[in-house]
Amino acid sequence: MANQSFAHADTAVSLPGPANITRLELANGIVVLSRANSASASVVLTGSLPAGSLYDSDEKLGLAGFTASALMRGTHRRSFSEIYDILETAGASLGFSGGTHSVSFSGRALAEDLDNLLILLAEALQEPAFPEEHVERLRAQLLTSLAIRDQDTADVASLVFDQIVYRGHPYRRPEDGYADTVRSIQRDDLIDFHHITYGPRGMLITIVGGIDPVLVTEKVRQVFENWHTPGQPGNPEIPDVTPLDQVTTQVTQVPEKSQSDILIGAAGLRRNSPDFLAALLGNSILGQFGTMGRIGDAVREKAGLAYYAGSGLSGGLGPGPWQVSAGVNPENVDRAIDLIIQEIRRFTSEPVNVEELEETQANFIGRLPISLESNSGLASALYNLERHQLGLDYYQQYAELVRRVTREHILQVAHRYLDPERLAVVVAGPAPYEGSQ
Amino acid sequence: MQNITRYTLPNGLLILLKENHNAPVISQWVWYRVGSRDEQPGKTGLSHWVEHMQFKGTPRFPASTLDKAVARLGGYWNAYTHLDWTTYFETMPADKIELAIQLEADRMVNSTFDPAEVASERTVIISERQGSENEPLFQLSEAVQASAFSTHNYRHEVIGDLADLQTLQRDDLFSHYRTYYIPNNAVLAVAGDFEAQSMLEQLRQAYESIPSGQQPARSISPEPAQAGGRQLTINGQGTTTYIEIAYHAPPATHPDFFPLMVADSLLSGAGSLNMFSAGLSNRTSRLYRALVERELAVSIHGGLQATIDPFLYSFTAIVHPESTSQKVIAAIETEIQHLMDTPPSQEEIKRAVKQARALFAYSSESVTNQAYWLGFSEMITSHGWVENYLTQLEAVTTRDVQSAAQAYLQPQYRTLGLYIPAGNGSQGRA
Repeated sequence: MANQSFAHADTAVSLPGPANITRLELANGIVVLSRANSASASVVLTGSLPAGSLYDSDEKLGLAGFTASALMRGTHRRSFSEIYDILETAGASLGFSGGTHSVSFSGRALAEDLDNLLILLAEALQEPAFPEEHVERLRAQLLTSLAIRDQDTADVASLVFDQIVYRGHPYRRPEDGYADTVRSIQRDDLIDFHHITYGPRGMLITIVGGIDPVLVTEKVRQVFENWHTPGQPGNPEIPDVTPLDQVTTQVTQVPEKSQSDILIGAAGLRRNSPDFLAALLGNSILGQFGTMGRIGDAVREKAGLAYYAGSGLSGGLGPGPWQVSAGVNPENVDRAIDLIIQEIRRFTSEPVNVEELEETQANFIGRLPISLESNSGLASALYNLERHQLGLDYYQQYAELVRRVTREHILQVAHRYLDPERLAVVVAGPAPYEGSQ
Repeated sequence: MQNITRYTLPNGLLILLKENHNAPVISQWVWYRVGSRDEQPGKTGLSHWVEHMQFKGTPRFPASTLDKAVARLGGYWNAYTHLDWTTYFETMPADKIELAIQLEADRMVNSTFDPAEVASERTVIISERQGSENEPLFQLSEAVQASAFSTHNYRHEVIGDLADLQTLQRDDLFSHYRTYYIPNNAVLAVAGDFEAQSMLEQLRQAYESIPSGQQPARSISPEPAQAGGRQLTINGQGTTTYIEIAYHAPPATHPDFFPLMVADSLLSGAGSLNMFSAGLSNRTSRLYRALVERELAVSIHGGLQATIDPFLYSFTAIVHPESTSQKVIAAIETEIQHLMDTPPSQEEIKRAVKQARALFAYSSESVTNQAYWLGFSEMITSHGWVENYLTQLEAVTTRDVQSAAQAYLQPQYRTLGLYIPAGNGSQGRA
């Protein structure tokens, strides 16, 4: 499949691969991936480094996210106002957000303004000042976000789901913490967390757009090659998840809402698992393909119970959740849960139909050029190649890998991860649902 | 955007084509001149519900086959209903676009509106509405809109009033479909990897035989000038106070529209008129500095939309836990008064133009967005509107911005909405 190209475009655009991705690994460990999109007047920059909430103590949960949010509040060279004046005057943007494993960053600019974006990225990561007044201002914003989270039925369902499925596992904790843990975080905690955890090892940058990749990777070298963090911690080992002994149901009331959110599922698998692609195709059949797959067909199309009903599988560095979600009127919660579990039973006990697999394979292969059309789509694709060690030729092999997935493999994976006897069933919403599972 | 092919079929269907050979992808958008603007009290939500029914099949493409057919070919599709328009799009691998063309041409006239499907969709749409009702900002926005307009149909949310969603009948929907879904009330915008002449021929074959219809009669009551400030309060759960302040704004074709866009950029940060593309951060905007940096609010955003009739220009703020809504409102009033009293600098205008140029570049990158812009601007006025968008902004003077602020941001034209929480929201562990 090497050098497969977009045959119908006048300017043949090759699928990303070793011949057209510029990859540079700096001596300090930073990996840069870049690719030109000559049709674009702009540029997208994305990346991450391992400084997520896994490094937080229980008492100061939310510290990693707090630190990430504070990076742009001022550096030793520039004030908050100066930073945003440069960005917003150019119509550019740059932001950081804390996740479980990593702090991720994302920026965009007109191609002519990429230099400024890179300089600000380098300063924010290497020389943040954490000004006192901004720490307090940010704390109020984070606490408000947490208060809003407590009133959001989908967020509440997700918190409870993680506590059940990931009991005793690092993934049980919300990365943005709780109000009391965020209140306990001091400015010195941010400084210490940054000093110890932030560093070049494990950092990844992708840059895509109307740029020269060779020049751009050289610029990245210039702003980052002198960054060293002695004693930078390694990636924490993420254990497997022990499945539940039985179906575990929990209902959380969020008063005066019009709709309840339902989450049903279990822990899924890692992105680099050899089973991942089979699970991804299977998940599409279960709750994505067409108008949200079999789940959408049963809950929305046939029963008319929900506006959104489908399933998601997030395979990251560890075993992310595999869950079905739906938003329904409180009176219809029982019916919707029954329908969803019925579909999960069918999905885990019978192979998917030949036609279902063929059309899902065709969808995965056919949509690839569309997903790679924009700078952000390409940047995301490059990022995943490196983050999950898929190999630079992954997209050139992709069609063949998708075609190789069998019905039996999907059934095997479905049964292993979505055992209907070991599901978490979570509901967040108003009364009257009392739970009858 | 350059090199647009514009052609009108004998049945009145306007076709706009833009070649783009960067990737083997084509995006087709069909736009109908119908939205909540065309809905009368008691029949609100019709346009959006019709949009849902357009996915429920025709004799040629039965309900369950449509979405699978598009997905099987690697495409994606969706539809949106707004104040002035309803639009459907498919973005497909270039060599698979024929299915999208056949499908849209077919459902322009042949949708079934099966009564059983209508019944099933009623609960789906009510569920969609209830999901929105879960959000305090939806509740606030709906109440502000209803208060700001007394006669114009913009007073209703696009999704419709719950009472109407419970009572609308299949024949109401079908009649709405028949009235507005005619080629001479539609615009077809296609961008991507094709040769314009052969694409035109392909489209002609699919759409030309659809008969034109009688131009729909529009029954739209102009909104009288607001004679005094209005205020409303919503009480709800949680611990967070939200504020929405809305002013009547000029329509997209009015000479004051672009000056108000620049005023918005200065006050609350640059926003994109492409509703599928995010704006910029707004941390150097006047209101961010006055509200967030002074710890009166934790966030402030502004919103100006390009519409056919005068809609609203609004600010939404989340009040800081240690502050009050009165302080936030007073600070917004001070900044608005300052803009009315003192014209901005030329530098600020240049900056707003550069921001708009960048946002336009981001939101024109994919063929999906390029076709969106073509059709969208035609719904508002003509595709020239988007071509001249940056030129119009560049022509705005400092005096224009001051005058727009003076004309539109007066207290008597304002509707102020507050969401006041009961204060019993938990901030502890879930």
